[in-house]
Amino acid sequence: MIMASSPVVVSSSVLVEKKDVGLSAFRSQAATFAFSAPASKKRAFGKIVSVMAPQQSERKTSTTGAVKTGMTMTEKILARASEKSQLSPGENVWVNVDVLMTHDVCGPGAFGIFKKEFGENAKVWDREKLVVIPEHYIFTTDERANRNVDILRDFCTEQNIKYFYDIKDLGNFRANPDYKGVCHVALAQEGHCRPGEVLLGTDSHTCTAGAFGQFATGIGITDAGFVLGTGKLLLKVPPTLKFVMDGEMPDYLLAKDLILQIIGEISVAGATYKSMEFVGSTVESLTMEERMTLCNMVVEAGGKNGVIPADSTTYKYLQDKTSVSYEPVYSDGQARFLSEYRFDVSKLEPLVAKPHSPDNRALARECKDVKIDRVYIGSCTGGKTEDFMAAAKVFLASGKKVKVPTFLVPATQKVWMDIYSIPVPGSGGKTCSQIFEEAGCDTPASPNCGACLGGPRDTYARMNEPQVCVSTTNRNFPGRMGHKEGQIYLASPYTAAASALTGFVTDPREFLQ
Amino acid sequence: MAAAAAAFSASSTFNHPSKTQSSTFPSLTSLSFSRKPVSSVSSQIRSLESLKLNRCARFLSAAAPTAASSATSATTTFHGLCYVVGDNIDTDQIIPAEYLTLVPSNPDEYEKLGSYALIGLPASYQTRFVEPGATKTKYSIVIGGDNFGCGSSREHAPVALGASGVAAVVAESYARIFFRNSVATGEVYPLESEGRLCEECSTGDVVTIKPIGDAGPVIEAGGIFAYARKSGMIPSRDA
Repeated sequence: MIMASSPVVVSSSVLVEKKDVGLSAFRSQAATFAFSAPASKKRAFGKIVSVMAPQQSERKTSTTGAVKTGMTMTEKILARASEKSQLSPGENVWVNVDVLMTHDVCGPGAFGIFKKEFGENAKVWDREKLVVIPEHYIFTTDERANRNVDILRDFCTEQNIKYFYDIKDLGNFRANPDYKGVCHVALAQEGHCRPGEVLLGTDSHTCTAGAFGQFATGIGITDAGFVLGTGKLLLKVPPTLKFVMDGEMPDYLLAKDLILQIIGEISVAGATYKSMEFVGSTVESLTMEERMTLCNMVVEAGGKNGVIPADSTTYKYLQDKTSVSYEPVYSDGQARFLSEYRFDVSKLEPLVAKPHSPDNRALARECKDVKIDRVYIGSCTGGKTEDFMAAAKVFLASGKKVKVPTFLVPATQKVWMDIYSIPVPGSGGKTCSQIFEEAGCDTPASPNCGACLGGPRDTYARMNEPQVCVSTTNRNFPGRMGHKEGQIYLASPYTAAASALTGFVTDPREFLQ
Repeated sequence: MAAAAAAFSASSTFNHPSKTQSSTFPSLTSLSFSRKPVSSVSSQIRSLESLKLNRCARFLSAAAPTAASSATSATTTFHGLCYVVGDNIDTDQIIPAEYLTLVPSNPDEYEKLGSYALIGLPASYQTRFVEPGATKTKYSIVIGGDNFGCGSSREHAPVALGASGVAAVVAESYARIFFRNSVATGEVYPLESEGRLCEECSTGDVVTIKPIGDAGPVIEAGGIFAYARKSGMIPSRDA
């Protein structure tokens, strides 16, 4: 079925030869045309020839509901959640929410609005569907930050909330059995992410959960207050951009490089109001944590949500984490996508996003003269177990010590424990923590969001001077990690570790090949 | 395309509508726009046909049950000093993370948030948005470029702007969460301009924005709670 309204976008530098590729829905146009997205008037792709396909008008279902168009995964999830048989991009629908997540920064505000709008004695719509995770500003003496955790506790006690990952002893995170850490990693580890469901969170990186084949996006506290009372939200159905990644993943590349490649391609507004669907043999070869990294930075392209089809990797990950039944959903063969991007991953190289934008893409090797002052490995983007294993691999390969302060902030308690217990392959049984110690890194810190977003002044590893930092985090806008003149280079854990070893922005192939 | 008739406004009174959740907002598709440079002695006002301003209807459904299509006779105008910023003004620049411990639903902390609005802008912005020690800004209109409000989902961003005294933001385009939060809270009216208004205006210019046309049902109702009550989705507070 040829979809006349579906243009194909070509990234000429990394594209597979078009004749080799069997494009299912785009055959008629695929051959020689490329299309530059209309919104990028200021970020023209220099080598792209622009051809606009005629806009197909929205097809509405007949009154009997018998006429159905193929839907994308995102459209299908939202259709099911809004109890409609058919949805098209652009429609606003009331969607049933399966899980609502909030943390210490936004929870108090959301609870305040909930009480104001539904009454002081109102009860949340479902005490098992709210997950409250303190993790943003935890290990600080800031009184308000501490008070906000207390507010979470008071509300959860009053409402008898089932999932509240509390912390009381700030001096020793391990003394808190319920405490988890970074919300997006905790949600996954605790089995709250399930294929086909709708997960909303008061944090922009809620899109991380799309790695599990669900609709997951960030919302504000007013919207969250609304969900608390009703269990529903008015959402607009986004059109989907498809990203097909094929080719064997080189052993110096990580999912972070893939998403930096994409964001650099489409810009920080390239996916605004859109869904990003990641498919292809490379995506299928990624672990769940790598898939999470990919979906995590969807919001940095302006994306509403990211999705990766659930498969055996997903089911295996979820096996020991949830007993709630779920029903995965997949894009129809005739689904209409707004655009399609194709990447031959074997041709990609390690990247950084230079200050001060996540789309300021550059090859790591081209930045080798950039002297750095520090390295930060942490956050939902780059602070998971596999991220630390990757960094350890580079330190192990080098055998030398880091030349700049290297801060390690595990995302959750579980990640922290993994760092201290799991042996790193090829090390003769050493754990990440031992390798980090031998390399001269800082001791792994208490799990939380840490300095990814600066935070209160006394936050560990916060950048309080105008320094240059290579970081495995997700944003590098001015002031992101603290100081307004701080310069942040976003990178994969491989690149961050390599840079720590040289004191300059460094391509990890210096150590991995 | 509505001709943007430029009305030369002799007064520079600071005047904007109060932001209450229940205030109805007239329908608008395009904004006629006039600008008076504060220090200019020129009597010529540039023709502004190229600066058609569009009510951003992306969030809103045309099929919503209570869409009010009547154009009210009393059109709300925004009039005041404008503060001009560039592209990709992210939420960290609007309200840096260290201030997120302030809870917006707490009235004292709401005011404090306002005092920190746009404090994250780099030093290249020589004019401070809120004077040190003040809680309110003298600029009631913020004019931006592309992708305004990108970055975090923190609702503190539109709240800080609203608390500081901003009535409306006029940008070329918005990041979706910021736009959504602005509509849901009613704190600032997010308006969309065609063309680079941020290059046409300078901080300190007096601007008048006069909306005309069709608006979306959620903003008209006064935010998501009012909209849901109106359509019977949730009971009214007195019930």
